[in-house]
Amino acid sequence: MSKAEILIIDDEPQIRKLLAINLESNGYKVLQASTGKEGIILSASHPPDLILLDIGLPDKNGHEVLKELRSWYNKAIIILSVQDNETDIISSLDNGATDYLTKPFRIGELLARIRAAIRRNNTDENKTTATFSDLKIDFTARTVSKSNTVLKLTSTEYNLLSLFARNEGRVLTHQFILKEIWGIAYQTETQYLRVFVGTLRKKIEDNPNQSKHIITASGVGYRFI
Amino acid sequence: MQHIISIALVLLVSIVSFLSAEIIGYKVVALLLLVTVSLLAMLFDILPVLIAAVLSALIWNFFFIPPLFTFHINDTEDVLLFLMYFLIALLNGVLTFKIRQAENKARDKEEKENTIKLYNTLLNSLSHEMRTPLSTIIGAIDTLKENRNTLSAENKDDLFSAIDIASMRLNRQVENLLNMNRLETGMLRLKKDWCDLNELIFSVIQKFTETDNHHKIIFAPDENLPLLKLDAGLIEQVFHNLIHNATQYTPENSIISIDATLQSDSCVISISDNGKGLPESEIQFLFDKFYRLPNSKTGGTGLGLSIAKGFTEAHNGKIVAENNKQGGAIFTVTIPAETSFINNLKNE
Repeated sequence: MSKAEILIIDDEPQIRKLLAINLESNGYKVLQASTGKEGIILSASHPPDLILLDIGLPDKNGHEVLKELRSWYNKAIIILSVQDNETDIISSLDNGATDYLTKPFRIGELLARIRAAIRRNNTDENKTTATFSDLKIDFTARTVSKSNTVLKLTSTEYNLLSLFARNEGRVLTHQFILKEIWGIAYQTETQYLRVFVGTLRKKIEDNPNQSKHIITASGVGYRFI
Repeated sequence: MQHIISIALVLLVSIVSFLSAEIIGYKVVALLLLVTVSLLAMLFDILPVLIAAVLSALIWNFFFIPPLFTFHINDTEDVLLFLMYFLIALLNGVLTFKIRQAENKARDKEEKENTIKLYNTLLNSLSHEMRTPLSTIIGAIDTLKENRNTLSAENKDDLFSAIDIASMRLNRQVENLLNMNRLETGMLRLKKDWCDLNELIFSVIQKFTETDNHHKIIFAPDENLPLLKLDAGLIEQVFHNLIHNATQYTPENSIISIDATLQSDSCVISISDNGKGLPESEIQFLFDKFYRLPNSKTGGTGLGLSIAKGFTEAHNGKIVAENNKQGGAIFTVTIPAETSFINNLKNE
């Protein structure tokens, strides 16, 4: 497989340099843009496999850049933000961001998110099975097995897991999950979600208190890896 | 509004006086009206008071000074009385107004001085607390750059971890400052949503176990705890600050235990340690802004606990620090919260 290409759109030269060094040394090809406009032009002429987008750009609001990119670009976009502002993060996820990181972040965390997001790019929408380390999901038979033992999941638990599995490496907001699983009328009923994530974790995680698959994005939603 | 009340009050006193004028005499009425104007002067702005003064003078002249129902005054003594009434009423209004203005000015000045004092403390504490980690970072980087080829691998590792610790410390200071600012400016709006308290506590603990291996943190969750409606972000910060505090003020290898239960309509979370405990005389100051225990080691601004208190109180909760009977300190957070036991949820 050829090197995956990552476009960094960030106005801070130091941050770009730091990211570029790390990404290149981890085998990625790096493109850089210092403004939203430049980033859009660059990605249009040469679509990368993943875009790291700083939401606080000087020339254009990062949210606008995100919307513009999403009108034609369908691979992963990870938002970098300095503000730990949940409303801001949720609105960028609603606008199609795949994932987000709040500055300052650990490089290890960034690389893990990038790997998960790129893996997601390469998965087939119509796949019939999916494997997540010890977990195996058969979408046709609607069965799940953990370390080769078939798990007994309720229908809602299965639907939830399958939604997560089809969106691996992507942060799903509470509203989105509730709408997909329970329907529009349940969009604010987060207690349902909490309960079912709890019961699902007990079944699929080695240690439900230290989830390896269903990761909580506090105040925002969940990410499945 | 003040104008209407002024006029109404003067009219009311006048009518009552007019009805009892035969008993009390018109000179006493003047005093009654003066008292009314003085009362208004204490409460209202200058303009309504002046209106009341002029109006009451005219009413007194027209309805009370003989001959009645004219502005004409026969008696020289009454003319003098009328002029004096007019003057006293006006002076009364103006003087009270001036006194109040002076009071306001003094209060503003005091407030400004307090703010300046606060900012000075903040700046002093900041410049120290930020420069210490900054000097570590700058120093370590200089050393690494200049001795690239001579430093042993072990020394390099030490310098890297010094930079790491110092930058995390800087980041924590910035976060504390931002949180303090949110509390101080009243910008804090709670975003309550259902949350799993056990999960929240585990996620806070995880952050510590990833970075701090010198303390043992124990938490045995109560599996029957219902979901609680809280602002998860703020509550996480409360626990984070309390646990961080425990790691800072107990010797290495101390045990920090966390307990979370539901008591009537409140969740009660306690964070206790087996350290040396709190000096009894200092407990009352622990949650004060910028307060740090005497002989604290460097690396704190004295904001952590006051933020924990602020965020808890934003939930109408309370936070108590005391010494455990078995030794060590115990911090107890009690937060009233809506609960949700969804046992009958359809799960098929």
